[in-house]
Amino acid sequence: MDPQVIDLSRIQFAATALYHFLFVPLTLGLSFMLVIMESVYVMTNRPIWRVVTRFWGRIFAINFVLGVATGLTMEFQFGTNWSYFSHYVGDIFGAPLAIEGLMAFFLEATFVGIMFFGWNRLSKLGHLIVTFLVALGTNLSALWILIANGWMQNPVGATFNPDTMRMEVSDFGQVLFNPIAQAKFVHTVSAGYVCASVVVLGISAYYLLKGKWVAVARRSMTVAAAFGLASSLSVVVLGDESGYALTDNQKMKLAAIEAAWHTAPAPSGLTLFGMPDTTARTTRYKVEIPWVLGLIATRSLDKTVAGMSELVLKAHDRIESGQVAYRAVETLKNDPNNQTARAAFAMHGRDLGYAMLLKRYVADPAAATPQQIDQAAWDTVPNVPLMFWGFRVMAAIGFLMIALFATAFMLCSLRMHLNAKWFLKLAVLAIPLPWIAIELGWLVAEIGRQPWAIEGVLPTFLATSTLSRGALWTTLIGFTLLYGTLAVIEVRLILATIRHGPYEHDDDPQPLPGPIPAEPVTA
Amino acid sequence: MFDYEILRLIWWVLLGVLLIGFALTDGFDLGVTALLPFAARTDAERRMVINSVGPAWEGNQVWFILGGGAIFAAWPFVYAVSFSGFYLAMFVVLAALILRPVGFKYRSKKPDAAWRSRWDWALFVGGFVPALVFGVAVGNVLQGAPFRIDSDLRSWYEGSFFGLFTPFALLCGLLSLAMLVVHGAAWLAIKLEHGAVHDRARRFGTWAALAALALFALGGLYVAFGDIGYRMVGAADPIGPSNPLRTTTEQVGGGWLTNYGRYPWMLIAPALGFASSALALVGIRAGREWAAFAGSSAGALGIIATVGLSMFPYILPSSIDPHSSLTVWNASSSAHTLAIMVVVTVVFLPIVLAYTAWAYKVMFGRVTTEEVRTNPDFY
Repeated sequence: MDPQVIDLSRIQFAATALYHFLFVPLTLGLSFMLVIMESVYVMTNRPIWRVVTRFWGRIFAINFVLGVATGLTMEFQFGTNWSYFSHYVGDIFGAPLAIEGLMAFFLEATFVGIMFFGWNRLSKLGHLIVTFLVALGTNLSALWILIANGWMQNPVGATFNPDTMRMEVSDFGQVLFNPIAQAKFVHTVSAGYVCASVVVLGISAYYLLKGKWVAVARRSMTVAAAFGLASSLSVVVLGDESGYALTDNQKMKLAAIEAAWHTAPAPSGLTLFGMPDTTARTTRYKVEIPWVLGLIATRSLDKTVAGMSELVLKAHDRIESGQVAYRAVETLKNDPNNQTARAAFAMHGRDLGYAMLLKRYVADPAAATPQQIDQAAWDTVPNVPLMFWGFRVMAAIGFLMIALFATAFMLCSLRMHLNAKWFLKLAVLAIPLPWIAIELGWLVAEIGRQPWAIEGVLPTFLATSTLSRGALWTTLIGFTLLYGTLAVIEVRLILATIRHGPYEHDDDPQPLPGPIPAEPVTA
Repeated sequence: MFDYEILRLIWWVLLGVLLIGFALTDGFDLGVTALLPFAARTDAERRMVINSVGPAWEGNQVWFILGGGAIFAAWPFVYAVSFSGFYLAMFVVLAALILRPVGFKYRSKKPDAAWRSRWDWALFVGGFVPALVFGVAVGNVLQGAPFRIDSDLRSWYEGSFFGLFTPFALLCGLLSLAMLVVHGAAWLAIKLEHGAVHDRARRFGTWAALAALALFALGGLYVAFGDIGYRMVGAADPIGPSNPLRTTTEQVGGGWLTNYGRYPWMLIAPALGFASSALALVGIRAGREWAAFAGSSAGALGIIATVGLSMFPYILPSSIDPHSSLTVWNASSSAHTLAIMVVVTVVFLPIVLAYTAWAYKVMFGRVTTEEVRTNPDFY
C-alpha cells in the first residue's frame, strides 16, 4: 500500500465527514424545534406561531439541503475510497446503511417536500404530522448511521469467514443493540439538539438586541431555552459514558484521553490538566482530581482503569496469536478442506486483525521479527495529545452550554430575557461553540479508534481502495473547491435570511406582559 | 426461510427494482433539469419547470441513495469493485448531484438575474451529467471492466477515466440520456399549464423518443455483432461461498444473447422497451400526456430489464481477467444478511410506496405561472 494513498484517503474522508457534520446536527435539532413551534401553533391557534415556524423552517431548508448533498458523498465514499473495507465488512456494515435509506431517509426526504410545499394543501394537524415525520426521519437516520459507526468501534455479532475472506454476520441482534452504538446515538443527537438550540437562541438574541421581530424572537428564545437546557443536560450526563470500558480499543481510547501511560492503582484520578509527552511516554504537570475517573469509567472504587503500556502488552499477545490465525487462513486459501488449519483458525481467529497490523512492516505477518511485533503493538496507541486536548475542549464546551441554557431558562421564566443585554450578547457569541465541540467529538471518537478501521478486525491502512495518488488528489481538490464555494454561498444566504427576517410580518398579537402577577392566575 | 440460491435471486431482482425505481422517479427529475435551459426561457417559465419537480425530487433522489446502500448490503463485492473502479466517473456524478439540491433550494433566494442563470446551468449539469454517465457506466459493465481480484479478494482496477468513453459506452450514455429526457418531457407535459413551455417540452420529448428508439436498436445490433459477452465455464454453484476465484468465466462475442435462446420469455423485456418507447412517442405527439408518461415509464423498465436479463447471472464481468468476474452466485452477502434485508424490504418498501403515493396526491395538479408568482414556498 502506498502510504500517501492511505493518508490522502483519510484526509478526504475526514474533510468530507467533518463538512457533512457541520449541517447534520443543526438538521437533527432544528427539525424537532420546528415540531415544538408548530405544535404550539396548532394548539393555541395563534398566527404568530405559524410565522415563527415558517421563519425557522427557512433556515432549516437552507441547511438541510447541504446536509443531504454532502451525505451523498459519504454514502458512496466507502465504495470509492475504502473498497477493501467495503468488501471486508459489507456483509454487516452495508445493512444499517441500506436500512437507513429505506426506513429513515425516504421518510424525511419525501415529507420534507410536503412540509415546504404543503402549507396550503393540508390541514393544520396534517401539516404538523408531516413536520413530525421529517424530524422522526432525520433522527432515525442518525440512529442507523451510528449503529454502523458503533459497529466499527465495537464489532460484535460477526465472524471472519475464510471461504469468502471477509467478516460475516453471526448475530444481527448484537449489531443492532450494540451498547456503544446506543450510547453514541444518545450523545450525538443530543449534541445536535444543543447545536440547534444555540443557533435559535443566538439569532433570537441578535433580533432582541436590534429590537427587530421581537414578537418572533422572544417566543423562539423561550423554546430554545427550554429545549436547550434539556438537551445540554442530556448530552453531558448521558454522554458517551456507557461506551467506555467495554473493549480493548475503547479502553485504549479512554487511556489516551486521560493520557494515562500506566495503570494507576484504584481508584484512579481524573486528569484535569497536563502535557502529554509522546516520546517519553509520560504526562507532565498533571493536575488530578482523585477518585473521579474510577467512578466514571468503572462505576467502582476498587477496579483499575487500564493504562496504555499495559494495553500495548495485551496487543502484543494478540498479535502473536493472530500470526497463527493468519497462517491458517493462508493454508485454507489453497486447501479449503485442511482440518488442522480450520482448528487453528477456530482457536486464534479473533486475533486475525492484530496480525494484519504487521503488514505495515512486513509482507508476510507470519514472518515478522520481535521488533516488528513490538512496533505494531505500540501502533495501537492513538494520537495522545489530540485525544487529551480534543476531549477537554469538547467537555468544557459541554459544561458551558449547561450554564448558558440554565441562565437562559431562568431569564425566560422570569420574563427578564428582553432586557438582559449582557446575556443576549453572550448568546450571540456562543453560536460557534457547539460546532467546535461537535467536530472535536468526531475527531476524538474516530482518531481514538486508530489504527483500526474496525476495531481489532481491520487496520485502516489496509482498508483503502487501490487508487493512484493522481486520482485522489483530483477528487480531494475537487471536493475542496466545491465544498468551499458552497460553504461561502450557504453562510451568505443564511445571513441574508436572518437580515430579511420572517416573511409574514404580523404585529405582536399579545404585547409582552408586565411582571409576573403576585396572585396566581385563575381561569 | 429461503435457501441461499433463492435469496440471491431475490436480491438480483431487487437490485433491478431499485435501478428501475430510480429511473422512474428521479429519472424524470434528471430529464426535467436537463431540459431546463432549453424548454424554459424566461425566469417565470424556469420557475414553473423547477417547481414541477420541486416537492418530489428530494424523495425521488433517495432511490439513488438506497440503490447505493442496497448494493453495499446485498452485493458488497459489486459495490467495492465498481465504485472504486469507476472512481473519477463517480466523482463527476457526485459533484453534479451535489449541485442539484443546492440549485433547487438556492436559485430563487435572490432576485439577481445572473445568480439565477448560473444556478439554472448548475441544475442542467445536475440532470444532464448523471443521466449520461449512468448510461456510460452500464455500457462499461456490458463490455466488462478492467479489474482483477487477488488472493485476499482485494480488487485492482487497471483502466483510466477516459478509457470509459468507448463508442459503445457513449452510445449507452446517449440512450440513457434520451430515455430520461423523454420521461422528463412527459412529466412536464402532465405537470405544466398549457402554453409555450408545455409545447417546447413536447417537441424535445418527440426528438428524444425517436433518438431513444434508434439508440436502443443500435445497441442491440452491437451486442449481437460486436465482440462483447461472457459465458460461464462449467456449472455454477448457486449456493457456494461468495468468492469469485472459485468460478471460471470466458469472454465470447455475442454471449449476451445466449439467455434469449435458452429462455425465450426474456424477449418480453426488449419488446417492452421498443413498444413502450413508441407509445411515449405517439402519446407525446398526440397530446395524450398520461399515455406518454406510461410509455416512457414502461420504456425505461423494458430497457433496464433488457440489460439485466441479457447479462444474467453476471453483474460485473472483468475484461482483463474473466475469472475475477462478479456474478449473482459469487458476489453476494451471506445468506443471513440477505434474509434479514429481505424481511426489512418486505416490511418497509410497501410503506414507502404508500406514503410516496400520498405525497404525489397532495401535490397533484398542474403548476401555473400564477401559483409560482404568488406562493412564497415555491422555489
